[in-house]
Amino acid sequence: MTQRFDAVVVGAGVMGATTALHLARGGMRVALVDRGAICREASGVNAGTLTLHMTRAALIPYAMRGRELWLDAPRWLGMDAGARAAPGLSVAFTPAERDMLEHRAAARRQAGAPIELVTPARARQVEPGLNGDIIAAAFCALDGHITAYLTGLAYRRALVAAGVALFENAPVEGVDSGDGGFAIRAAGATLLRARRLVLAGGVWLERMLGWLGLRVPVKCLINQLVVTERLRPVMRSVLGIANGLLSLKQFGNGTVLIGGGWQGIGDPDRGGVEAIPDNLIGNVRLARHAIPGLAEARVARIWLDLESETADALPMIGPLPGIEGAHVIGCAHSGFTSGPYMGQLLADFILGREPERPLFDPARLIPPQPAASLESIP
Amino acid sequence: MTDLIVIGAGPAGIAAALRASALGLRVVLLDDQPQAGGQVHRAPAGTRPVPPSPEARTGTVLRDGLAGSAVEARPGHQVWSVSADFRVDALGPEGPCHWQAPALIVATGAQERVMPFPGWTLPGVVGLAAATLLLKAHGIAPGARTLVAGCGPLLGAVAAGILKAGGQVAAVADLAAPADWARRLPAMAARPDLLARGAGWAARLRRAGVPLLFRTTVAEVEATATGLRARLCPVDADGRPRPGGTVVEADAVAVGHGLLPSTEITRLLRVEHAFDAVAGNWAARLDGDGRSSRRGLYVAGDGGGIQGAAAAPLRGELAALAAARDLGRLDAGAQDRLAAPLRRRLARAARFGRAMAGLMAPRPGQVEAITPGAVVCRCEDVTRAEIEAAAAEGAREVNQLKAWTRCGMGPCQGRVCGDTAAALLARHHGIAREEAGLFTGRTPLRPLPLAQLTGEFGYADIVLPPPAPL
Ligand SMILES: Cc1cc2nc3c(=O)[nH]c(=O)nc-3n(C[C@H](O)[C@H](O)[C@H](O)COP(=O)(O)OP(=O)(O)OC[C@H]3O[C@@H](n4cnc5c(N)ncnc54)[C@H](O)[C@@H]3O)c2cc1C
Repeated sequence: MTQRFDAVVVGAGVMGATTALHLARGGMRVALVDRGAICREASGVNAGTLTLHMTRAALIPYAMRGRELWLDAPRWLGMDAGARAAPGLSVAFTPAERDMLEHRAAARRQAGAPIELVTPARARQVEPGLNGDIIAAAFCALDGHITAYLTGLAYRRALVAAGVALFENAPVEGVDSGDGGFAIRAAGATLLRARRLVLAGGVWLERMLGWLGLRVPVKCLINQLVVTERLRPVMRSVLGIANGLLSLKQFGNGTVLIGGGWQGIGDPDRGGVEAIPDNLIGNVRLARHAIPGLAEARVARIWLDLESETADALPMIGPLPGIEGAHVIGCAHSGFTSGPYMGQLLADFILGREPERPLFDPARLIPPQPAASLESIP
Repeated sequence: MTDLIVIGAGPAGIAAALRASALGLRVVLLDDQPQAGGQVHRAPAGTRPVPPSPEARTGTVLRDGLAGSAVEARPGHQVWSVSADFRVDALGPEGPCHWQAPALIVATGAQERVMPFPGWTLPGVVGLAAATLLLKAHGIAPGARTLVAGCGPLLGAVAAGILKAGGQVAAVADLAAPADWARRLPAMAARPDLLARGAGWAARLRRAGVPLLFRTTVAEVEATATGLRARLCPVDADGRPRPGGTVVEADAVAVGHGLLPSTEITRLLRVEHAFDAVAGNWAARLDGDGRSSRRGLYVAGDGGGIQGAAAAPLRGELAALAAARDLGRLDAGAQDRLAAPLRRRLARAARFGRAMAGLMAPRPGQVEAITPGAVVCRCEDVTRAEIEAAAAEGAREVNQLKAWTRCGMGPCQGRVCGDTAAALLARHHGIAREEAGLFTGRTPLRPLPLAQLTGEFGYADIVLPPPAPL
C-alpha cells in the first residue's frame, strides 16, 4: 500500500509531533509515523521541569518561549497538559558549588534568563521546605513543571483535529530517496511517499540519519527518575543544585519527582533497563538533603529513559545538507521544555516562512560526504 | 557466595530451596511474611488459637525442614528490586540489604483477581485470599456475618473456615453452576484427598443452613448504617447478569474471582510472557522445568501459571534441579533421573490445578458487566467510563492508558487493576490481550520508605557524578 503526503515526519516525540502539527496547520498533507504510540519515549516520561536553571545557556531563549507555550497549551494545543508556573531555585551547599552557581547564573542571565542571586534567607522564604544548610542561592521567577505523561494525549487530540495522518506502532525500517522525493518504508508494508521528510527520532536519530547515508554520532544518556507516593506538601518550588544534579518538585497531587540526570543502565535497543544502586541512592540522598521533609515519603516508582546528545551538546534542527527536502530535529538539552517552540521553528522553515529564531544547522556535525554516496542509496 | 536466591517461601520456594540445598548449593530464601509457608501453609501469627488443618500441619513440617537445613531463610524481607544480574535488594528488620547469585528462582505465587463492581473498595469488602489470611494467621473471620462470593475452590475453603472460626456465613454466591463443578470431577479425581475436603466443606455449609447460590454474582455492595448491603444477581454461563436477584445484609463481603500469577519480577526482568487464553492470565513463558527466557532465571509455583498447591513443591524441586544442572553442579543424567518421578507426579497434580484454574477463569460477561461508574484502579480512582473514554480516543495498550488516565500509576503498580484494564481495552477495540499488553515492571516492587533507601548520611557522603554541562 502506498500513500502520498506533502511531508512525512518520522518519530512522534514532542519534536516530531509539534513539527507535524504546524505543517498540517500550515496547509500540508502530513503523515506522522512512530514505532510506538505518540510521545511514549523521552517526551512522555521525562521529568517535566520547565526550568531555566538547568538549561544550556545557548538554548535559554528557546526554553523561555517553550515554557510559555506549555503554560499556554490550552490555547494552541487544545488541552491543558498539566503545565504549572512555580518559582525556581538553584542552591549551593559548598563553596565550590557557590562558585559554580554564581558563574552559571551569570552566563544564563547574559543569555536572557531572569536569574538573580539571592540570600539563603530569601531562598527559604521562597521555599520554606529547604534545608537551612544552603550557603547560596539563585532565583528565577520563570520556572514550572508539567505532567509529561499527558503529552501524548494532548498531542494526539491536536494532531487528529489538524488532520495529520497518524501511523502508530509502525516502525520505519528505512527510507529510499531519489527522483526528488522519499519513500518511507514502515512496518506492515506501508509505503509513504513525500517530497519532504523530517527525521525526529530522538536518541534513535543516529540510526535514522544512517538511512540517508549520513553518519552523525548521537550520544545516549540514560536518565533516572524517582517518584514518591502522595504526601503532604513539603515544597512549592522547582528546586535544583548548582551542579545540575538535582531537579525536584511536588505536583498538585502530592507526589514528588526526583531527577537530575543521574545515569542508569540502558541503550537505544533495550531502552532504560535498570537503576544503578549507588546512583539511585545518591540521587535520593541529594533530594532528601535539599528538602528534609522528604524523609517521610515512600518511593513509588523508579524509571529510566533515554536522552540524546550531539557531539557539541547542541541540537540539530534544520535541512540536511545535500539532500533536497530532508530535515532533522532533535538532541536538544531540556528538549521537552523547548520542543513546542523548536518544532514550530522548523515547521515555519519548511513552510517557507522566516523562522523567528535561528535553527541549529546540522551541517556542522556532518563530515563532507562523498557526493556519489547520496545518489546510490538503495 | 550465594549460588541461588529463591524469592517466595511458599510451597514452591521452600521445596526449591530445600532441594537445591540438599544438592550442595548455597541458597538464600527470601519472603516478606514473618514466617515461611506462603499463602497455603501460612503460619499462625500467635494472636489467637487457630484450628488445626492439613495445610497448617504441612506448613509446620516445611518450616521444620527449613530450620534443619543449610538454607539461609530470611523471612520478613520485602524484596523491592531485582537487577538483570540477579542482585536482589530487600528491606528487612535490620534495614536495607542485598544478595547476588548466578541463579534466581522466582516463587512469588499468585494474587487475587477481583472484578470491579460498585462498592468493591468499601471497607469490609475483602478478597477471598485476604480472608484466608485472616483465618489462617489469626483464626478470625472477616466479620460477624460474611457474604462469600466469587468463584473457585477458595469459596468453600473460606466459607467453611468462617464457620469453624465461629463466624456466620450470610450466603455463598458462586459464579459457577453445580454442573461446572461436575464437569471437572474427572480431573479432580486425581486428588481424592482434596475432593473429599471439598465435599466436607459443602456438607458443613449445608448443615449450617448457609444458602448456596449458584450462577450468582455480587452486582453491588453499599454501606448501610449497620453494615453492608449486597445486591446479588443471577448470571448465565458466561457470567452475564440476568434479570432478578436478591439482597443480602452482612457486615463483611469476601469476594474473589480467581488467581493471577504474580509476574512483577519476571516483567521487571523482561522475560517473555504468554497469555493463557483458557486461564485468562499472563505468565512467564517457561520450559517444563521452569526455565524462563532469561538464562539463570526460573519460575516455580503459581507465579508460572496457576496449577495449585499440590503442583507447587514439585515445580519448585524441578526448578532447583534445573538450576543445579545449569550451574554445572548436577550432570544431565542425574538431573533427568531425579526429575523423572517429579515430572510424572506434576502431570497429575497440574491436571487438578488446571481444572480449578478453569473454574476461576474470567467469563466474558464479567468484564462486560462492569458498570461505567465502577472504580477499576482503586489507587488512582479511575472508573470504567474513564478507561472507555481513553480507549475511544485511541488508547490501545495498557501503558498508554496509564499515561492518559493514571490507571495503574499508583502505589500498587497496577497489580490490582492491570488485568481488568487490559481486558477492557481488548474488548473495546476487539483486539487480542497480547496487543493490549502488560504494565511495564518497575522498581520498587513495593513502596519503599525513602529514609530507608538513603539511610542516615551527611552531604559529604553523597558521591556526586560530574556536573551537568552549562
Ligand atoms: C528521564 C528524562 C528526564 C528528562 N527531563 C526533562 C525535563 O525535566 N525538562 C526538559 O525540558 N527535558 C527533559 N528531558 C529531555 C526531553 O525529554 C527530551 O529532550 C525530549 O523529549 C526529546 O524529544 P524528541 O521528540 O526529540 O524525542 P523522543 O520523545 O524520544 O521521540 C522520538 C520518537 O522516535 C520514535 N522512533 C524511534 N525509532 C523509530 C523508527 N524506526 N520508526 C518510527 N519511529 C521511531 C520513538 O518511538 C519516539 O517516539 C528528559 C529526558 C529524559 C530521558
